[in-house]
Amino acid sequence: MGAFFSDYKTDGFYDEMFSAPGVPRPHYVKLMERFQAMGPEDFERKRSLAASTFLNQGITFTVYSDNQGTERIFPFDLIPRIIPRHEWEHVERGLIQRITALNLFLHDIYHDQRIIKEKVIPEEVVRTAAHFRPEFMGFNVPKDIYVHICGSDLIRDNDGNYLVLEDNGRCPSGVSYLLENRQVMKRVFPQLFGRYRVRPVESYSHELVNLLRYVAPGGNSDPTVVLLTPGIYNSAYFEHSFLARSMGVEIVVGQDLMVKDDFVYMKTTRGLKRVDVIYRRIDDDFLDPLVFRKDSMLGVPGLVNAYRKGNVNLANAIGTGVADDKVTYYFVPKMIKFYLGEEPILPNVPTYLSMFEEDRKYMLDHIHELVIKSANESGGYGMLIGPHATKEDHEKFRKAILENPRNYVGQPVVNLSRAPAYCDGAIEGRHIDLRPYILYGEKITIVPGGLTRVALKKGSLVVNSSQGGGSKETWVLDDED
Amino acid sequence: MLSRVAESLYWLGRYIERAENNSRILDVNLQLTLDMDHGDHDERRDWQPILATLEDQTLFNKHYPVITADGVCEFVTFAKENPHSIISAVARARENARTVREYISSEMWERINSLYLWLNSVAARQLFAASAIDFYRQVVDYSHQFHGTTDATLTHGEGWNFLQFGKFLERTDSVSRILDLKYHILLPSGEKVGGNVDALQWIAVLKSCSAFEAYRKLHTGNVTPASVAEFIILHDSFPRSIRFCVSGLVQALHALSGCDLAHFSNEAERLAGRLCMDLNYVTINDIFQTGMHQYLDRIQLRLIEISSAMYKDYCEWLEPDEAAATQEQRQ
Repeated sequence: MGAFFSDYKTDGFYDEMFSAPGVPRPHYVKLMERFQAMGPEDFERKRSLAASTFLNQGITFTVYSDNQGTERIFPFDLIPRIIPRHEWEHVERGLIQRITALNLFLHDIYHDQRIIKEKVIPEEVVRTAAHFRPEFMGFNVPKDIYVHICGSDLIRDNDGNYLVLEDNGRCPSGVSYLLENRQVMKRVFPQLFGRYRVRPVESYSHELVNLLRYVAPGGNSDPTVVLLTPGIYNSAYFEHSFLARSMGVEIVVGQDLMVKDDFVYMKTTRGLKRVDVIYRRIDDDFLDPLVFRKDSMLGVPGLVNAYRKGNVNLANAIGTGVADDKVTYYFVPKMIKFYLGEEPILPNVPTYLSMFEEDRKYMLDHIHELVIKSANESGGYGMLIGPHATKEDHEKFRKAILENPRNYVGQPVVNLSRAPAYCDGAIEGRHIDLRPYILYGEKITIVPGGLTRVALKKGSLVVNSSQGGGSKETWVLDDED
Repeated sequence: MLSRVAESLYWLGRYIERAENNSRILDVNLQLTLDMDHGDHDERRDWQPILATLEDQTLFNKHYPVITADGVCEFVTFAKENPHSIISAVARARENARTVREYISSEMWERINSLYLWLNSVAARQLFAASAIDFYRQVVDYSHQFHGTTDATLTHGEGWNFLQFGKFLERTDSVSRILDLKYHILLPSGEKVGGNVDALQWIAVLKSCSAFEAYRKLHTGNVTPASVAEFIILHDSFPRSIRFCVSGLVQALHALSGCDLAHFSNEAERLAGRLCMDLNYVTINDIFQTGMHQYLDRIQLRLIEISSAMYKDYCEWLEPDEAAATQEQRQ
């Protein structure tokens, strides 16, 4: 490896670090100097220090490629992604606007359905959404908050504009990596860290527990909060445990809880203890075998009834999945106008809906140049990247679209911005996205930055950890550079 | 504390201790077989006692055609199909630690996790091949580090007491098995009880409990069976003696309930207190008259009773009988 960044190419993509080959953007200058002053051995040492820290602390996720489920560390790239202050302020405003509109939308569709009556969203979209829960029509959630914790994925196009790729309004994960990445980075690059004024992220857990306490039913001033996990074999168990620990709340599995007279209790060595708020990291379907999936061993029988009676609150609320359906996504800019009377600050990626005849025709004709996604899958599954796919795959998706037009959306391939990443002994540009974490409680707070995911495979646009993605530290600066 | 967390901490304490004690047992037997050059290398005779002590004979036979030193060491150390092997015990300890990750300190987790990663690494295999004795010492070191870290970083509250209870219960059981190992080891033909080989074997038993040096401070003369057994069963302050461990588990139980030591507030405390009293007042002659093997066997059974009583008292969560409650109100 020569001097750092000496033969780095931007290949015509929007690059986070370089405005042109060899010309770093102002907020990356100090970082570039630090890396160039470092020898390859020094860099290697830092890399292995970071990797062993993750492994020793058990910061791993589980891959279900075989029956065993092997533990892997989420690859961490040492070169941070830096966001200058003015950029972040723009993103922050956009996200606050978006989560406000999403919550108003959820309240509306579970009550008056004004947005349907006024024909902004077709009735069919809501009715057929896989995660719409008509049994909760008319139900009032505490403080009218549905999505308490939201992770909206952002990407940047060729001109560096931030666009929203999707919203995650059920159980967005990954925030623990963001928090642990920061700890590791401080250990590995103390001086570099000191040279920038990086906005801290450490208050996330504190903000989260405050939010959970705020939404306790009946205005209880000293509520008991627990985190409900599917258990240690879940791929995000590390995160569940990390969050419970840093919030100082109990982490429970379904069998630790029981419902008696429509109140929820946990089973302790000293008897039963009342539970007021459950931060559940289990999907709706598994919450309560009496109401949803009968075969669920993860949930708590009677929980939904206790929730309906207002004796316990759940974060996020039941039925929020209708808001992060990829078809609903298409309508979010319209929601923003409808509920807030504002123009969306963060635009969507242009999207076609195969349920509309004209769009469908376009999607079928241009499938080789579009990204096709099914409405309710995530993690990079159920998706076709037209230009990279084979003719057979094109046919398969054409057929699927025709069979179930409600279930597909199409988007032009957006060339995600790139940032330098260390891959196989060289530093090369790799595509990245950004998942910020938005907390909606007494006020809306967003942890500065978020989790930057990077597609470590050369040329790949898929950043998910299950598909060869890694992460980077994200620094939001308190000043411009 | 969640009953499930209490249970996991209890098992965490047990499994770490089990890994340590299996290492000690194998270490001592390796040393013994090295010390005693019988010339005939009867591996079956040398290693069968290990399987008898650990009560793993049946499972072993399923997987190995004959008893060899390598086979037994492999089976008790690395065999994943053996639920009591060192590697299985550590994997289970880690699994329990993972379920209570938010309860234990990060330092404790890192100790267990690095033991687990090391046992599954090539480095561990290489050390095992180069010097099995060093390998077992390393496992024991890890366990000591875990206990030290636990004492220094975990609040000495409810969870800590469940861990202590598990640790002392398992240690009592293991020490009784190590001592019992001597019962299963046959003296080579021509050797007399009280002879050189017999003394060597008793010294090995002491060493496997890290008790040789402490024992020597008390007894400078000949190593006799009675003095060794007395030391290991009845010493009041040596941390691996049976009496000490039982008194440790009694204290853990009373710390959990808050009941003073002169009384009991639940079944586990009653059973443990009774065992403790027996050990306080029995003499080594009484034990030899009963037969040491029988005496130790009885202790192992009483430990099972204590652990299931503890489980009932704290972990087997029963719904209050609502019907009975309503009836009481009617009366």
